[in-house]
Amino acid sequence: MFGPLVIKPSKSKGDKTGSWRVKLKPKFLQKNCIACKMCVLICPEGCIQGKEKNTYINNEDYCKGCGLCAQVCPKADIVMIEEGAEGEKK
Amino acid sequence: MKEFLEGSRAVAEIIKLCKPGVISAYPITPQTHIVEELAQMVADGELNAQFVNVESEHSAASVVLGAVATGVRVFTATSSQGLFYMGEVLYNISGLRLPLVMTCANRAVSSPINIWNDQQDSVSLRDSGWIQLYAENIQEAVDLHLVGYRLSEDKSIMLPVMVCMDGFILTHGMETVDIPQQEEVDKFLPGYQPLYKLDPAQPLTMGLLADPDYYLETRFAIQETFKDVLKMIPKINEEFKNHFGRDYKDGLVEEYFTRDAEKVIVAMGSVCGTIKEVVDAQRAKGKKVGLLKIISYRPFPYTRVYDVLKDVPRVAVLDKAVSPGAYAPLAIEVKATFFGKKKSPKVVSSFVAGLGGRDITLESVKEIFGKLTQKEVSSEFIDLKPELLKEEYGQ
Amino acid sequence: MDNNPLFKSGHTACAGCGQAIAARLVIEAAGSNTIVVNNTGCLEVFSTTYPESAWNVPWIHSLFENAAAVASGVEAALIYLGKKDTTNVIAQGGDGGTADIGLQALSGMLERFHDILYVCYDNEAYMNTGVQRSGLTPFDANTTTSPIGSRSTGNIRPKKPMPEIANAHGIPYVATASAGFPQDVQRKVKKAISIKGPKYIQIHVPCPLGWRHETELTYQIARLAVETGLYPLIEYENGRLAAARKIQPKPVEEYLKAQGRFKHLLNNPEQIKQIQEIADNNIQKYNLRAVSPETN
Repeated sequence: MFGPLVIKPSKSKGDKTGSWRVKLKPKFLQKNCIACKMCVLICPEGCIQGKEKNTYINNEDYCKGCGLCAQVCPKADIVMIEEGAEGEKK
Repeated sequence: MKEFLEGSRAVAEIIKLCKPGVISAYPITPQTHIVEELAQMVADGELNAQFVNVESEHSAASVVLGAVATGVRVFTATSSQGLFYMGEVLYNISGLRLPLVMTCANRAVSSPINIWNDQQDSVSLRDSGWIQLYAENIQEAVDLHLVGYRLSEDKSIMLPVMVCMDGFILTHGMETVDIPQQEEVDKFLPGYQPLYKLDPAQPLTMGLLADPDYYLETRFAIQETFKDVLKMIPKINEEFKNHFGRDYKDGLVEEYFTRDAEKVIVAMGSVCGTIKEVVDAQRAKGKKVGLLKIISYRPFPYTRVYDVLKDVPRVAVLDKAVSPGAYAPLAIEVKATFFGKKKSPKVVSSFVAGLGGRDITLESVKEIFGKLTQKEVSSEFIDLKPELLKEEYGQ
Repeated sequence: MDNNPLFKSGHTACAGCGQAIAARLVIEAAGSNTIVVNNTGCLEVFSTTYPESAWNVPWIHSLFENAAAVASGVEAALIYLGKKDTTNVIAQGGDGGTADIGLQALSGMLERFHDILYVCYDNEAYMNTGVQRSGLTPFDANTTTSPIGSRSTGNIRPKKPMPEIANAHGIPYVATASAGFPQDVQRKVKKAISIKGPKYIQIHVPCPLGWRHETELTYQIARLAVETGLYPLIEYENGRLAAARKIQPKPVEEYLKAQGRFKHLLNNPEQIKQIQEIADNNIQKYNLRAVSPETN
């Protein structure tokens, strides 16, 4: 007889940590992006994906709203906005 | 093939035949000869294994944990302080349900430091989730290692096995031993088939965090599996008999003239050889005495012990370990066997002997039989030297 | 970073966690033919709470101090199976699990020359148990077991020189890295993996909770540590200092004032001077000063 013993990664979807966001979330303007991938590298959740310029976007199911992507973008092409707001907030 | 061998050498021989892929150990008297023999076998190309010389017992157990988790059969050995140092790793191995055979060369524990034999070390780890099997002589020690791998690696069991052999007495003593042939061992013990392992082709997460919603079931599962072990040991011993000719019956206990006995001593390990001699001598004089040898300490074979002792009027339990402040460890198990049952001995007396390697002689055993009267005694120390004791400490 | 990531989203690290950044960078650089052995700590806890796991590579956690020893066993088994040449082994843990309780196992692994990369995620305290002081906690840091008070300005000892201790074992490669230089982390991991033998990489990873800073400043603060000379980025190859990232040194105060754990020093020029000395000693020892404006 065996109890909980191993976790098969294929069966693990992770917690939907997007629910952790309180105030802010990133908005990917996709205007001046140069595809430097700094946002992809720095995201602690690894939830930013993209290929060519102006295709980068976060996954809101997992994004915790830490704000690092907006801080590292060399072209200021990511801004933090309020949850549910239309406008920008720096 | 029969050879006159030192116990440690005999153990090394059987381990070689079991073909472990990784061996890792840290030297501690009296286990040293076992690993030295294995190191020599590896150096001579007789044994194809990775021999990892670690910097502590904690790491020795960790190395074999990592290796068996990667799907390779392993071996380690230790004693006393080393067993305690790797203590937390032992619980880790059983919790991870990894199969493993380890020799514990039973030795007393510090403080004071003492390198001679008693069973305090392995008995103290009885809650670690390891199967514990105790050897009376070198032949048994050899056979228990082989049985151990077969038992441990059974897909329904997957629990580690500690083969306990009395330090110096069995590790450094010499006996004529029958070491099996490789072909016969291969037929009895197939290659290790892991339930799960670390393999990039099939990624798995092992050693997870289980919060209160998940932890309880892991311990229940181990407890239930020990019931399966009680059924598995007799089966494996039956197979063992068919392959190698030696009959250990159910492999849980050995009955020695207990059938009509009026007095029986219950004991584990090499002291049973001494007790058998006394039983023989007393039986020759017409006295009805016997020995119940416990081979499997964990799982404890309550049903078998009950069967054997229920009609015996007086039982003495000989412990080579103590549980300060409570009944001696083996004595508790024997007493618990009868509680709430229809039949039981009139007296279950508890004796402690042999700690720190103090010799248990034929006279000591006769003394125990003599002290087994209507009056029950609890944790009576045999061969105590009162002149070494003082009530007050001073000057 | 694609549809089948090796370190998945959905783990429960704090927002802005430096260790989460670094752990992902490390395993992505090492690739899927890697077995990971993890010590107990933040990373292990937030990535493998049953029934979820963030790891898409074979991964094992045993105890707090034995990742290096368990990894030694994994490596020995792989050699026995003839698979070591195609499989990487990484042993990893936090600063406490590496420099304190895990030092013995690490030393044994390095001395025996196992083909394993050891990664130390240095967030400079026992964060998982509540920000207690470790052997890698920097001088004057405020932690729960080296708290500031009327008789204390925080931790009384400087960081244990772990890279030098690792290097003293005579291993082929030792490096320090930082979450503030993510491509550098990956370059160093790839380089280490390509070398046979034991390797040690120590990655500086800010902890917003323990260091008390805003979550979006993890990157900047990590860079400041390097740019002040307090956390030199260096590489030892076969015992010799082979490379060091040159800097135009910034005053340590810029780094200290950004974090709550050093806030108490801002009115204490005597203590700041001592910390500046630590930075200046590093700059001299590793020859960190750039002669021309810093190039990337």
